[in-house]
Amino acid sequence: MAVIRDVMPAFELFQPASIDDAQAVLNRYGADAWVLAGGLDSLDWLKDRIKRPQAVVDLGGIPELKGIRPREGGLEIGAMTTLSEVVRHPVIRERYAILLDAAEAAASPQIRNQGTLGGNVSQDTRCWYYRAGWPCYRAGGNICYADTPDAINREHAILDASRCVAVNPSDTAPALLALDAQMVVRTADGGERVVAAEDYFVGPAIDITRMTVLEPGDLLTAIRLPGAWAGARFYFEKVRDRQVWDFALVSVASAMVMDAGGGGSAIERARIAVNGVAARPLRLRAVENLVRGRPRNEATAVVAANLAIEGAQPLRFNAYKVPLMRNLVKRAIRGVEATTWTS
Amino acid sequence: MDILTWGRNPWDQAILTHISWDLLWASLFAGVAFLVAHASYMVFSAHRKRHAAETDAMEAARVDLPVRIVRHSLPARVFHWVMAAAMFTLLATAFLPIAGIRFPWVTWHWVAGLVLTGSILFHIVHATVWLDFWSIWVGPRDVPELKAEVLRELGHDVPGPRPGKYPLGNRLYHLAIVATALAVVASGLFMMVRIRTPFVTRNPYLFSDATWGVTYVLHGMAGVGLVGLVIAHVYFAVRPDKWWITKSMILGWITRRQYLEHHDPDRWAAH
Repeated sequence: MAVIRDVMPAFELFQPASIDDAQAVLNRYGADAWVLAGGLDSLDWLKDRIKRPQAVVDLGGIPELKGIRPREGGLEIGAMTTLSEVVRHPVIRERYAILLDAAEAAASPQIRNQGTLGGNVSQDTRCWYYRAGWPCYRAGGNICYADTPDAINREHAILDASRCVAVNPSDTAPALLALDAQMVVRTADGGERVVAAEDYFVGPAIDITRMTVLEPGDLLTAIRLPGAWAGARFYFEKVRDRQVWDFALVSVASAMVMDAGGGGSAIERARIAVNGVAARPLRLRAVENLVRGRPRNEATAVVAANLAIEGAQPLRFNAYKVPLMRNLVKRAIRGVEATTWTS
Repeated sequence: MDILTWGRNPWDQAILTHISWDLLWASLFAGVAFLVAHASYMVFSAHRKRHAAETDAMEAARVDLPVRIVRHSLPARVFHWVMAAAMFTLLATAFLPIAGIRFPWVTWHWVAGLVLTGSILFHIVHATVWLDFWSIWVGPRDVPELKAEVLRELGHDVPGPRPGKYPLGNRLYHLAIVATALAVVASGLFMMVRIRTPFVTRNPYLFSDATWGVTYVLHGMAGVGLVGLVIAHVYFAVRPDKWWITKSMILGWITRRQYLEHHDPDRWAAH
């Protein structure tokens, strides 16, 4: 593991007051610029001296990036809105409770007061081989140290690995996938691009050095929650080693709308996502298709959960994630109260 | 511009990781520069071709030859186009992501690599057993031909020698492509040990970090070299004055007139 040092390498600190000013700095420094949101992921990188940007752009002074506002039947959340503000917001509590649950599961109260929603979804992987500064694929090298015969890979990927087996650590990401959120990106040329949350995250098969679609100069400015899934039946669960202040081993988020015509027992539509099992949060489309029109019961949950883990390829120390993910998907579909755990 | 990329392994040793991707752009530039330079030379130079009247006379004297001369057998053509498809797939899957066009390329890349490997193995056996193996290679015996070709390119009327089955440029290109393709295939087959495939169990420790670095650099160098070579090959294939050769790779034959105009029948037959 890298040794955290007290003194960071020198860099130019910019504290712009507008998105345009921030992008001017980002464009000037290109790949040598570092975007600072809450700083909770950034400061580790900087103090470990693994990342040595020439310029750090602190977004904390840009009002446009903060706040939660209604938009087209849904909500728009500024990327610099803190997780605590997300948790406290009455509309989120009432209509998008899954995001509340996910944000509240992140880290500790102090960290949620400082950490932002944009930062939470854009944070880098916690793979310690990568964060130690070794020349792995993700760092531009030619090996995955976590996928070697004697690697310690208990927290790593069981699905969608392509050379790199790191996982995405975001708690809010699967909830945003379940809500069909839209990510608003201000591109380096000043344009705006709206990306589905599902497409915002990038796996190693597409780009092994990045976790998101953000290119140098791009900024995530807001996250939009459409009204389509507001007030649905939500389920979020995060399994971690300790119940406070820890990253997810596996998490699951689901949104379900029940068929009103059939007495409310059949699933009309559902969105289900998991995280901690791949380098990006995975939407389980096959599971969604399978449960559509079926009753919400143990039988449906079991079939869906078995489908969810198809193709899983555990590493030496993380085979436990396969039954863990299966059980979480089962609980997300059936509900926690009546679901039995199987190994 | 960097040429190589270095890293430090967990034992704090400096290790090669791969080539700098700047070399891709250098190879692209070199390929296009060659294309422009050659095209300009062909437009403005006084390179010497055989006179039509001379070819007429030769054709009249050799009516015993068939109208169509077989240049490439069906297996040879199938190999060529399979190899070409594999090569384009390999280059596209290797370099488009570097150029910013991102897609899941790894599986396509190693599958195309296996197709290329298989086609090369087939070609080696086919050329050794069924074709005139030495007709494609260059050696000291080709120095007079090289001298004559250079003089013709400079506008001199030189009687001979003319090529056998393959023009000298064709043979030199084959030599270059053999060296780069074998380097890329050999290094690529070892690199497959580092990824998940149905064929081999992953073993990232097959080589030391330093040897892996050299393997990746060799693969990268050969890969960017192929970019330039493929540009040159496609350029010659689509040039109007070379189209008869390209056509023969599709149809398998050339006309008697093309045979007599561009080849030395004695040398083609002699090999």
